[in-house]
Amino acid sequence: MIAYIVRRLILALLTIWAISVVTFVIIQLPPGDFVDAYIVQLSASGSVVRFEEAQALRQLYGLDQPVWVQYGKWIIRVVQGDFGASMEWNRPVTEVIGDRLWMTIVISFAAIIITWGIALPIGIYSAVRQYSFADYIFTFVGFVGIAVPNFLLALIIMYFGFKLFDLNIGGLFSSDYQLAPWSWGKVWDLMKHLPLPAVILALAGTAQLIRIMRANLLDELRRPYVTTARARGLVEWRAVMKYPVRAALNPFASTIGYLLPFVVSGSIVISLVLSLPTVGPLLLRALLAQDMFLAGTIVLLLGILTVIGTFISDLILMWIDPRIRAGMHE
Amino acid sequence: MSGAVADQAVPLVTAAEEKIAIASQLQLTWWRLRRHRLAVASGVLVILFYLVAVFADFLAITSPHATNSARSYIPPQTIHWFDEDGSFKPHVYALKGRRDMRTFKLVYAPDPSDKRYLAWFVEGYGYELFGLIATKRHLLGIDRGVPEDALFLLGTDQLGRDVWSRLMLATRTSLTIGLVGVALSLFLGVLLGGISGLYGGAIDTVIQRIIEVLRSIPTIPLWMGLAAALPNDWSVIQVYMAITVIISLIGWTELARVVRGRFLALREEDFVTAAELAGASRLRIIFRHMVPSFMSHIIAAISLALPAMIISETTLSFLGLGLRPPAISWGVLLQDAQDIQALALAPWLLVVAVPVIVVILAFNFLGDGLRDAADPYG
Repeated sequence: MIAYIVRRLILALLTIWAISVVTFVIIQLPPGDFVDAYIVQLSASGSVVRFEEAQALRQLYGLDQPVWVQYGKWIIRVVQGDFGASMEWNRPVTEVIGDRLWMTIVISFAAIIITWGIALPIGIYSAVRQYSFADYIFTFVGFVGIAVPNFLLALIIMYFGFKLFDLNIGGLFSSDYQLAPWSWGKVWDLMKHLPLPAVILALAGTAQLIRIMRANLLDELRRPYVTTARARGLVEWRAVMKYPVRAALNPFASTIGYLLPFVVSGSIVISLVLSLPTVGPLLLRALLAQDMFLAGTIVLLLGILTVIGTFISDLILMWIDPRIRAGMHE
Repeated sequence: MSGAVADQAVPLVTAAEEKIAIASQLQLTWWRLRRHRLAVASGVLVILFYLVAVFADFLAITSPHATNSARSYIPPQTIHWFDEDGSFKPHVYALKGRRDMRTFKLVYAPDPSDKRYLAWFVEGYGYELFGLIATKRHLLGIDRGVPEDALFLLGTDQLGRDVWSRLMLATRTSLTIGLVGVALSLFLGVLLGGISGLYGGAIDTVIQRIIEVLRSIPTIPLWMGLAAALPNDWSVIQVYMAITVIISLIGWTELARVVRGRFLALREEDFVTAAELAGASRLRIIFRHMVPSFMSHIIAAISLALPAMIISETTLSFLGLGLRPPAISWGVLLQDAQDIQALALAPWLLVVAVPVIVVILAFNFLGDGLRDAADPYG
């Protein structure tokens, strides 16, 4: 059990390291170093940077040294919580990101809860009533959920919301609360706006999960112990829910590790369409403006959050599945 | 006596069985797939879409790049199939521009008195069929008229370009980017998955960990970062190739997983042991004996990887980080439909969503059918 946790932890750290390298590459990719970009930025606003100043900046960031030293310096500052400054906003990156990261987490979390909430009962129903009319309907809707890209779904819903109900769907707050400080009223307002983007985000993952749940449960239902339970006169509800569903739930929990990166990715895209105050629009803007510290930090933080989420889901999985606790399972 | 009857009966049974016994894995898969109607229908649909990609220019009506500011946001024209006398003569009404005296905007309205008849194989803008044959023929157009004149089956965009023609060329770009991307992923997947499954041990562990790491990174922010770093002065072709590489760098993991799984399963099979004992070389065992028997699995994995590639490209281009105009792809076209103002003004721009959804659905059904057919026990 300890070995399992340690292995997962090592893998998580490895992933975070890989993400940090990729992030560093992204920051480095635009032509010229960021001091050049910074100087251009400053001279655009009228101030002149002296050569010595530029040189001092270069030394500070270690730009005159080999790439791996630069990476080392950068990562040390990141670990200390200094992500650099956003050139476009002229403020520390952490300040620019602010609440938006939490909004991303809130939406992703809500989407996963909804995914589970929809997929579980439908998966069970589709397996128990295999080849029924409703099973076909759910299978079809599931396929559509997989086939329609998130952003397209958001776009279509936004269009029909506008056309049929004259609603401007978008944002996470009403205009009264947009800039207001946090209060219970604002939280309630968020709760009212959250379901739509969360459902859109949840739909694609839901379809996959329904299919997994259905297939797993179908396998379980064919097992002799279910027949025994029925032969013993167990009520159908209990015969299904007591053991087969629990056994089928195992892989269900393990998919959360794949679901999370997927949902986080999706949240970026639908935030752009529905103009939600998550890191999505900020990331796009930063990338288009080549504000690389901001963009890199967002990619890094999203990656780290996903890894942490996956790690937590591994722990949950361990809690659910005795085979993993006993070290019998991968 | 009974022995003689059995002797007569045996050949009858074996005729069918022998066919199965000597059939290759691909043939077996094909026979099983044929019973899966939805998958076959989807396969036909996919082929049709690729035909559109091949004949995109031929199916286009006006040059997809020809702008005309006076014709921005013209709604799709209705085709009238019959003339007044009841004869079958498909035509559209010509568009008459009229200045709205209140808004001073040019408003187009169909003019029923001025008919434009449709014709097959008309001359239009020049292009090269298959990139070789220079021609001006197009499938559909206005009979004896300037093509730009009046045929907008799906309306026009803000710059007055014909949405139908653009859609045809976008289909070509989006479908081929999927193919190239999958080819790259396939190469990486088969190579790394094969090594992983064949050698096992430490190499396998390392490759499996790499795959796990790649799969736990949210892809969209990563793609966005990489795609945004492409230099602005790159040509359309360069951007196209770079985007394909970026997408396939992440997309290979699933294919590698499939290949590795099959290698591990087949390594223990009797026929592989038999080949080894017969003294076949390692390469011969892999390519002559192992690869053919999991070919169908690879095909199934490909047909499930293709739609994912297409979605990726469409999403990136939609965000303005993938292909950029003047390149035309589904994502680029959907970019025009991004904000609610444009949609309210020209809802027909959203028509691009239809081929995207249909193709991805078709690929998924086909891939599912193929996967079932490839693996009767899976």
